[in-house]
Amino acid sequence: MIELQQAGKTYRVDGRDIPALLPTDLRVERGEIFGLIGHSGAGKSTLLRLINRLEEPTGGRVVVDGEDVTALDAIGLRAFRRQVGMIFQHFNLLSSKTVAENIGLPLRFAGNTDKAGIARRVDALLARVGLEAHASKYPAQLSGGQKQRVGIARALATEPKILLCDEATSALDPQTTGQVLQLLADINRELGLTIVLITHEMDVIRRVCDRVAVMDGGTIVEQGNVGDVFLHPRHATTRRFVLEAEQVDENEQLEDFAHVGGRILRLTFRGEATYAPLLGRVARETGVDYSILAGRIDHIKDTPYGQLTIALIGGDIEAAQRRLGEAEVHLEVLRGEVSHGEGGAHG
Amino acid sequence: MGELLANVDPVEIWQATLDTLLMLGGSLLFTVLFGLPLGVLLFLTGPRQMFERRGLYGLLSVLVNALRSLPFIILLIVMIPFTVLITGTSLGVAGAIPPLVAGATPFFARLVETALREVDRGIIEASQAMGATPRQIVIDALLPEARPGIIAAITITAITLVSYTAMAGVVGAGGLGDLAIRFGYQRFQTDVMVVTVILLLVLVQILQSIGDRLVVHFSRK
Repeated sequence: MIELQQAGKTYRVDGRDIPALLPTDLRVERGEIFGLIGHSGAGKSTLLRLINRLEEPTGGRVVVDGEDVTALDAIGLRAFRRQVGMIFQHFNLLSSKTVAENIGLPLRFAGNTDKAGIARRVDALLARVGLEAHASKYPAQLSGGQKQRVGIARALATEPKILLCDEATSALDPQTTGQVLQLLADINRELGLTIVLITHEMDVIRRVCDRVAVMDGGTIVEQGNVGDVFLHPRHATTRRFVLEAEQVDENEQLEDFAHVGGRILRLTFRGEATYAPLLGRVARETGVDYSILAGRIDHIKDTPYGQLTIALIGGDIEAAQRRLGEAEVHLEVLRGEVSHGEGGAHG
Repeated sequence: MGELLANVDPVEIWQATLDTLLMLGGSLLFTVLFGLPLGVLLFLTGPRQMFERRGLYGLLSVLVNALRSLPFIILLIVMIPFTVLITGTSLGVAGAIPPLVAGATPFFARLVETALREVDRGIIEASQAMGATPRQIVIDALLPEARPGIIAAITITAITLVSYTAMAGVVGAGGLGDLAIRFGYQRFQTDVMVVTVILLLVLVQILQSIGDRLVVHFSRK
């Protein structure tokens, strides 16, 4: 659906070339929600804007639905942009126009002069985002969450195939963020819209995205299905984002480990395995004792997952590990065994 | 009472008021007509804007600054041949309007440029993302968003024009300011001076409060 082929962007500042995005390849499939995560300056905002050419690439191509976007002239580009909705961190609504006028604006820009037709479309869009009662208000009279709903309705006005979200929830409180993400997920499912979103919060990725690319220093350092990337991060940047999302301090965790003996394992369950009473059974059958050091049970999009950090102490640790390994569990050894006495002395 | 305002001729005062209003109305109309597009052009060709053109912007800037740095009284005289060319006369209300417009347009254009710069850049980006043409961006997004600022700019320009009209007496345009200078100042008729100044004060007050009300009315923030 969306394909970047060695697309990159370099700014020229005071005679020096500053790369914002190194030549990058990327594929976004039709109907998926694709997340780009990175800190500010990682190049994610530039990459997003290459898709609708709000930023002109300085190299490479951007191909959408087989069409080379980089080759479009001004008229072609405007027609293309009507097929690509966009929402923004600070909403970018026109303060001088009512909610209904804001939502109808893309239709007017498209040359639509059928007032009754625009009004009907605006009504449908207002209903879609749950703002029927606010049609004649001005943006300043709305809350942040309502403003972003107007932004979404406006982005959908021309029935686009793609929706680009530029830090769409970064200016919102956690509860409103949840509602807006839910709305995006609904739109994706019901309209089959392809969504590309950028964020600096792993939690946003975890809640709505199918696939994710992690960006750092103007390039993609890791990408894949959200479940794989989130639960088994490989790149240091990805790990930092995951730890941030789980509010885990790596040093603190290592300090905690020093207080316990035995072998420390991290178990990752996905799907139905999350709810299976595995730990107790293995402990009974192999005579090991376990203590839980950290744990989290949550959802990645609609899939439940659990991640437990446990210490196995006493009994037949090898057998226990083998039994766990045979089950539908991903197992990592975080630390080998420490003798009982040593661990006990600290504990 | 009659003693106190012995030199005040109501007919003369009325005529002067009318002249001032005519000069103000006529020059304000053309100032906005020329200044608004010029301000938009300054904005669009300015640094880091949609149609950044260093050469054109530099040229317009120098021109605008030159006209603004010229004292109005000199502009009034320098422009006489040009004024005759377009109005057929260098005298009276008609003779005063071209120099008034020439003096106020660069000033107003700068204010418009500033008002447009105050509009959040995100508005332009969002409009571009919606597939708007540059013309649509200016007319349907930028100008409505800058409307309160532009109304404030018109108010300030109108009040500046009121003070310019006082000098238009040099070309025999008449008006309240001219009356104040000729009778009040040069003939020591203090009563005429006081009456005309009060009338000018009232005019400025009215202009300012109309402007303020319109700004509030069109501000949705």
